[in-house]
Amino acid sequence: MADFDRSRIRNFCIIAHIDHGKSTLADRIIEMTGLLTEREMQDQVLDNMDLERERGITIKSQCVRTIYKADDGKEYMFNLIDTPGHVDFNYEVSRSLAACDGAVLVVDATQGVEAQTLANVYLALDHDLEVVPVINKIDLPSADPERVKKEIEDVIGLDAENAPLISAKNGTNVRSVLEAVVRDIPAPGGDPDAPLQALIFDSVYDSYRGVIIFCRLKQGRVHKGMKIHMMATGADFETVEVGYFGAGQFIPCEELSAGMVGYITASIKNVQETRVGDTVTETERPCSAPLPGYKKAQPMVYCGMYPADSARYPDLRDALEKLQLNDAALQFEPETSAALGFGFRCGFLGLLHLDVIQERIDREYDIDVITTAPSVVYKVHLTDGSVIELTNPSNMPDPSTIEFMEEPVVNAEIMVTTEFIGAIMDLCQDRRGVYQGMEYLEDTRALLRYQLPLNEIIYDFFDALKSRSRGYASFDYELAGYQRSSLVKLDILVNKEPVDALSFIVFEETAYDRGRKMCEKLKEEIPRQLFDIPIQAAIGGRVIARETVKALRKDVLAKCYGGDITRKKKLLEKQKEGKKRMRQVGNVEIPQKAFMNVLKLDTE
Amino acid sequence: MKKRKLGIYIHIPFCVRKCLYCDFPSAPADRQEQGYYMRQLMKEIRSFEPLGNLYEIKSVFFGGGTPSILPPEQIRRVLGRLCNQFLFEDDAEITIECNPGTLTREKLAAYRECGINRLSIGLQSADNAMLKLLGRIHTWEDFLESWKLAREAGFTNINIDLMSGLPGQTFGGWSDTLEKVAALEPEHISAYSLIVEEGTPFYERYGTAEGQRLLPDEVADRDMYHHTGKFLAEQGYHRYEISNYAKDGYECEHNKIYWTCGDYLGFGLSAASYVDGRRFQNPVDPKEYYAHIGEGYRMFRQMPAQSEKDAIEEYMFLGLRMMRGVSVAEFEARFGRDYRSLYGKQTDELIRRKLLQVQDGRICLTERGIDISNTVLANFIFD
Repeated sequence: MADFDRSRIRNFCIIAHIDHGKSTLADRIIEMTGLLTEREMQDQVLDNMDLERERGITIKSQCVRTIYKADDGKEYMFNLIDTPGHVDFNYEVSRSLAACDGAVLVVDATQGVEAQTLANVYLALDHDLEVVPVINKIDLPSADPERVKKEIEDVIGLDAENAPLISAKNGTNVRSVLEAVVRDIPAPGGDPDAPLQALIFDSVYDSYRGVIIFCRLKQGRVHKGMKIHMMATGADFETVEVGYFGAGQFIPCEELSAGMVGYITASIKNVQETRVGDTVTETERPCSAPLPGYKKAQPMVYCGMYPADSARYPDLRDALEKLQLNDAALQFEPETSAALGFGFRCGFLGLLHLDVIQERIDREYDIDVITTAPSVVYKVHLTDGSVIELTNPSNMPDPSTIEFMEEPVVNAEIMVTTEFIGAIMDLCQDRRGVYQGMEYLEDTRALLRYQLPLNEIIYDFFDALKSRSRGYASFDYELAGYQRSSLVKLDILVNKEPVDALSFIVFEETAYDRGRKMCEKLKEEIPRQLFDIPIQAAIGGRVIARETVKALRKDVLAKCYGGDITRKKKLLEKQKEGKKRMRQVGNVEIPQKAFMNVLKLDTE
Repeated sequence: MKKRKLGIYIHIPFCVRKCLYCDFPSAPADRQEQGYYMRQLMKEIRSFEPLGNLYEIKSVFFGGGTPSILPPEQIRRVLGRLCNQFLFEDDAEITIECNPGTLTREKLAAYRECGINRLSIGLQSADNAMLKLLGRIHTWEDFLESWKLAREAGFTNINIDLMSGLPGQTFGGWSDTLEKVAALEPEHISAYSLIVEEGTPFYERYGTAEGQRLLPDEVADRDMYHHTGKFLAEQGYHRYEISNYAKDGYECEHNKIYWTCGDYLGFGLSAASYVDGRRFQNPVDPKEYYAHIGEGYRMFRQMPAQSEKDAIEEYMFLGLRMMRGVSVAEFEARFGRDYRSLYGKQTDELIRRKLLQVQDGRICLTERGIDISNTVLANFIFD
């Protein structure tokens, strides 16, 4: 295998807007190249997390190697790297792309080009990849491949004249995609006899083998027993095994050489010693320079994560460490909250990323976590001239020491059918959006451009967008720097005690409205207790909104005779259960779900 | 061998017309259907014959429905059946629930004759407008007539059922009912706050958020409740359970069996039993009930006893319904467990919050504790 003719290797990925059929096409390719029989094939082989299958989205990049016998009679080695489609996971895409020489772009024949189609194509072009367009879902009655071809040419500027028209679901014309890969995507370059130079694009932790490094060899060779050196971390290891990717399994081989994609194990126990983006070289014969790293993933959203059961704090740390191993964008550090105890301040790429991590912690590690209000990274300019980056509202300096503050803004592109333009523009205005322009892509669809403060879109913007466009709007954004803004810290006081986990930073003019809504929402969320509980929103010492949870006056069952006992007991058990899901803040019990639910404030 | 005490509950699922708030299994039925039911009931009682060797009867309670709707002959036969199977304590309490409008001089005499020594009369309110609203079949005047007949027949232990917290009821209206009833000097009064139960016409009307506004609010409801306790105390009644008041020596023995986790057997549709650490209940659906007649005893024998945890939890949340509460010594004797190691922490905390108090080695609810007793009692459910 080591001698496989490099001119017959194709390293490529599939990129697409969410739901355009990327994973289904990957499945078909794997099936058709004979890696798995149809019977062995589980739908969407590459989406191997339960969560991915359930949501129908790809979160983690996955790899597979197959052999394809092309029309020219020769065998080609395909290294297929699946990439996530959601905007939050661009960094994953970026990592995967660095391991590829080309990309198959899947566009839905009914939906056409979407916001993330564009974002992904631009990323691929940034990496100098050859992009091969493919039009999918031609089996659907509403498919309009000619229109979509034109859109690809007009909007993206790719030649789509000969784009394969396929149905990945039915397997129609998938072979023409494989032929296009052979024909259009270049073979990898690199010199197998040069010093080893391999890019780590992913890794996973296996309790038996330690860290498994996924890499693309740019130069040289790697084999079992070789001493290797991590150029960024400086760590040295001896390789235990090298190999390539089957469908959902690791297949060992003798050697990997330049142009190939595969994995290395080296009994690496400490997850800190291998970093995605690092370059692997040979200890004895190092390459002259590391490969350029990836576009580094920068967390944009921060929130606190606390174990619902405080005894599980070490488990939560362990879970976060394991998740971080192959999710470079996840960052965390310990923090404590008066309300929630010991936990972590975690950084994410966006709300979906946060959501996914929370769910993975819940499912894969069985830890119930409470998350606090997400926050963006504010720049606080102090009167002494220094600048601090604020990720936790609790750490906001005294206002008298603040000269001014800056908040991150994004350039957002929203693709929407024309009938909803008004509604979406209203939404963007509400969220302090600055209109940048609009392009009609065709008669019925337009691309709206807005500059929006990031903190306006991290809570519920995506949901609001979907509900105001009946699900038709799609949305993409990228960070566009910082702008000066008048921001204040809003504190929520429950029974006169500030609840640190509920504090957040808000645009001054909307603070009153926000505070009022928070109080109203909290009033719904906090069950009545033995005494009146005032809920207040305050800026500095000034209370701007107030609600009261009235004391519980009556909670008694008038009758309880022989036949009522079983039912009555169930009632008390339920009451007891509810109590367990409460957090004690001062004298008040706050349900755990309240911390997250109070953030869902969008009212149309 | 000393026999253990047993309460017997007999469910009579018949009434003249279903009240609008009622969620008991009960419905109007013709004589033939009533006769069939009673024959099946007798079979069911007979299947428990073996228990006669172990237990003696402390109380019998005919509940419903409106048991007084039946010809007294039917009641006599049931008591005769029980007499054949069980010994009765000398002063066994035998109660029948009755509704004004279903009682006659003859019926009451027949009850006396077959050993019934206590009546429980469902009045609910002295206000005819309220009675109409509840869907009751009688007026206050009908009740007075029944009351007179009952005293004349020689009943010296009578309970009157009342309901507070009714739609549109005012504090004045409620205290008027209390005064009128107390003036008759019944031995026992049960006064319940209305519970709007699912599946009743009342639920349709008052179960919604809008409907609830037609009911006295929590504050008004509690005012009525607190007034009840205070007023009846002045009249010589002590509250001995959350909703029950009695003159000295007239607490309802049968109901106390429920709250002290004593043994009881329930016969008839939906009737519940607790015997020898086993809780079981007859089907609520008549078809199902009839299909399993005669199997009750065998099923009871096969049933596993409840866990110690369940037994302890029930002992606490039922015992605390009574004003005298739970005796720590009795608790420890019954379960062979140290009270404090099980419940010390919760008890201290609830005492600190003035929801529980300790009196003569007994733990009991405070006034405030009664108002929110579910919140208090939930603390006695184990993790």
